[in-house]
Amino acid sequence: MELHDVWFVLIAVLWTGYFFLEGFDFGVGVLTRLLARDRAEKRVLINTIGPVWDGNEVWLLTAGGATFAAFPEWYATLFSGFYLPLLAILICLIVRGVAFEYRAKRPEENWQRNWETAIFWTSLVPAFLWGVAFGNIVRGVKLDADFEYVGTLGDLLNPYALLGGLVTLTLFTLHGTVFTALKTVGEIRERARKLALKVGLAAAVLALVFLLWTQVESGDGTSLVASGVAVASLVAALGANQAGREGWAFTLSGVTIVAAVAMLFLTLFPNVMPSTLDPAWSLTVTNASSSPYTLKIMTWLAVLATPLVLLYQGWTYWVFRKRIGTQHIADPVH
Amino acid sequence: MDLALAPETLARWQFGITTVYHFLFVPLTISLAALVAGLQTAWVRTEKEKYLRATKFWGKLFLINIAMGVVTGIVQEFQFGMNWSDYSRFVGDVFGAPLAFEALIAFFFESTFIGLWIFGWDRLPKKIHLACIWMVSIGTLLSAYFILAANSWMQHPVGYRMNGEKGRAELTDFWLVLTQNTTLNQVFHSFSAAFLTGGAFMVGIAAFHLMRRKHIPVMRTSLRLGLVTLAVGGLFTAISGDTLGKVMYEQQPMKMAAAEALWDGEEPAPFSVFAYGDVDEGHNKVALEIPGLLSFLAHSDFESYVPGINDTNEALQEKFGPGDYKPIVPVAYWGFRWMIGFGMASFSLGLLGLWLTRKKFLLPAAYRTGEDEVPHLVLLKRPLGSRLTRLYWLAAVWTMAFPLIANAWGWIFTEMGRQPWVVYGVMRTEDAVSPNVSQAEVITSMSVFTLLYAVLAVIEVRLLVKYVKAGPPELSDSDLNPPTKIGGDVHDADKPMAFSY
Repeated sequence: MELHDVWFVLIAVLWTGYFFLEGFDFGVGVLTRLLARDRAEKRVLINTIGPVWDGNEVWLLTAGGATFAAFPEWYATLFSGFYLPLLAILICLIVRGVAFEYRAKRPEENWQRNWETAIFWTSLVPAFLWGVAFGNIVRGVKLDADFEYVGTLGDLLNPYALLGGLVTLTLFTLHGTVFTALKTVGEIRERARKLALKVGLAAAVLALVFLLWTQVESGDGTSLVASGVAVASLVAALGANQAGREGWAFTLSGVTIVAAVAMLFLTLFPNVMPSTLDPAWSLTVTNASSSPYTLKIMTWLAVLATPLVLLYQGWTYWVFRKRIGTQHIADPVH
Repeated sequence: MDLALAPETLARWQFGITTVYHFLFVPLTISLAALVAGLQTAWVRTEKEKYLRATKFWGKLFLINIAMGVVTGIVQEFQFGMNWSDYSRFVGDVFGAPLAFEALIAFFFESTFIGLWIFGWDRLPKKIHLACIWMVSIGTLLSAYFILAANSWMQHPVGYRMNGEKGRAELTDFWLVLTQNTTLNQVFHSFSAAFLTGGAFMVGIAAFHLMRRKHIPVMRTSLRLGLVTLAVGGLFTAISGDTLGKVMYEQQPMKMAAAEALWDGEEPAPFSVFAYGDVDEGHNKVALEIPGLLSFLAHSDFESYVPGINDTNEALQEKFGPGDYKPIVPVAYWGFRWMIGFGMASFSLGLLGLWLTRKKFLLPAAYRTGEDEVPHLVLLKRPLGSRLTRLYWLAAVWTMAFPLIANAWGWIFTEMGRQPWVVYGVMRTEDAVSPNVSQAEVITSMSVFTLLYAVLAVIEVRLLVKYVKAGPPELSDSDLNPPTKIGGDVHDADKPMAFSY
């Protein structure tokens, strides 16, 4: 296994980390409309992810920075090619971050309601668009001989990619729902468990179609295994949820996300962005990667820093392990 | 849609707008994180309530500010790929590494520990909670360090070789990129300027309250801390500016000649105080100069030859082929002056304040004040009259934003002064832009960012004003009785959280 293969795996790990973690906080954002019945419940939801959403989001920044360093051509092609969808995602992330921080800083009802609306939409839109983006990456896009994206915005909004968007949206919402059941007390916890079943069934159907489609178009043996794991763990997550095993339900919905991302990257390898115009114009781990020296430095960084990050982020979840309910939310203004 | 503009013009405007905007928040974040950490340390060590109230007050302003810094920083991570894809392809091997280091080391630090700090008041024992804000502070410093190393490489590329076959620059010595003199001087200069900025912010707000005789114990402490930060930060900004300037005279003589509108080399060279000239003709019509000072700034003596814009342009043409290697001279010239002028105005205000509010040194005993009194402003032997006192407080309030202006112009000067290069001597800006991103797309993104940033600026400033006016909060029981166990003490399972969104 050469270093650029190692880095393909590491980039996959970073995206997996991002979707696993920000996946549930996007989901919780969506639930502010889907599950919460009143303002107090909205605040319970927001506060389940309050201490952690920012750290979750850094997985994306790290995936971006690491792609820049390890696969500059991939970074350049992807982000210039997906210009407008990425712009939409960035705008959402900007507004979303400010919304969490500023919502409770004024007592006016209008002020808070506006930020709550913002939290819902800025969670929903990226949850959908990341699926669209990855759908396109796996399926391949129109790249020319210079690895420049020469398609249009319309080309990116093809049925396969849009289905991918619905899969991530429903999967993240499910992940957020089982997370809510795990992190709250009171009535909202019960309703979260009920909702998880509905969202989970929708996610399961969409994911099954998407994974089959992917498998038929470009899959192989290993990706089939990953798809199988994804679907099986999703079903198991719903079973655990019905049985009231909230920790297991969350773990298993996490496994679903991990397996689905693994499936996409397995299908992709050794390409990082296939060209639909000419296979010779595809970006691969070889022609997109950095020099061995840079990859070596990056590998040292990853080996030393990533376990540390996992350790202190894990510790954060342990510090904030208590469940919260409406009784724990103090007067809205500080 | 195709406007009669160079393809890189719009992308440069967008980068300029989003980056200058982002950098309004960065220096305040860097300095306030450390200052809040210092105040909280004072609370933990002395248990004096004024320090905890100060921590909470400045901490709130810090959080309002860092939220904007974080979200506007996200754009920066992706903008190279979006708008400067040819740049990314060409330099990613070198330039990507410090960015990845920044993300994996600094961003994770900052974002994780800020969450712990915000929500940790009733979940973490006092000392661990304190450690969290120090971690945030370290994160902000590391983040700035890595990104400045990346920028320094654009100013003065080292530790790389050209790979002709792949048509790109490749890293050969990462350590050199992190430790070259451009990096160290830029880091020194930016860190000092950050503390100058935070000091001026603190002094201005403390002055606002002291003028109204409100929240005196907290604001008195804050004033002192702010003044010391401002004076020390200002001093180091001046020193590091001087050393960075000398480095730049060696590495980018054109930038520094443009900074002085020195068209033709002179020996000894004068420092220009004011100039108005004809850029096309390449000379100044009006010039007010201090003889020999520029030679001193460039080479530490009053006699040396300093090359001018025209000489340097010829030298660069010889080296890199025909072309115009001049940046926009008026921007470099005035940017340089505004940077120094606004920065040093704040520094002077800090020095003056430090003298006026001295506690004992050469201060008649009668004018020494206690913890809950507004300090007298004593020039020599007597306090200033109420009018002059008020004038000083007002000056502090109205110059609060001076360092922000200085920072912005400093970056505009250093980036525009490097043109036409994006990587000095290696890659031109016109070759760096994304070839497949249309002008319509850039106009879209630029308008959306500008509009959104403008709206957020209004919201942010209003929030800051609200919390500044509200003053330091009263302390609650849970503030004064922090938990002893990680995760919080279990007394009452239904007790509300100390902080919630």
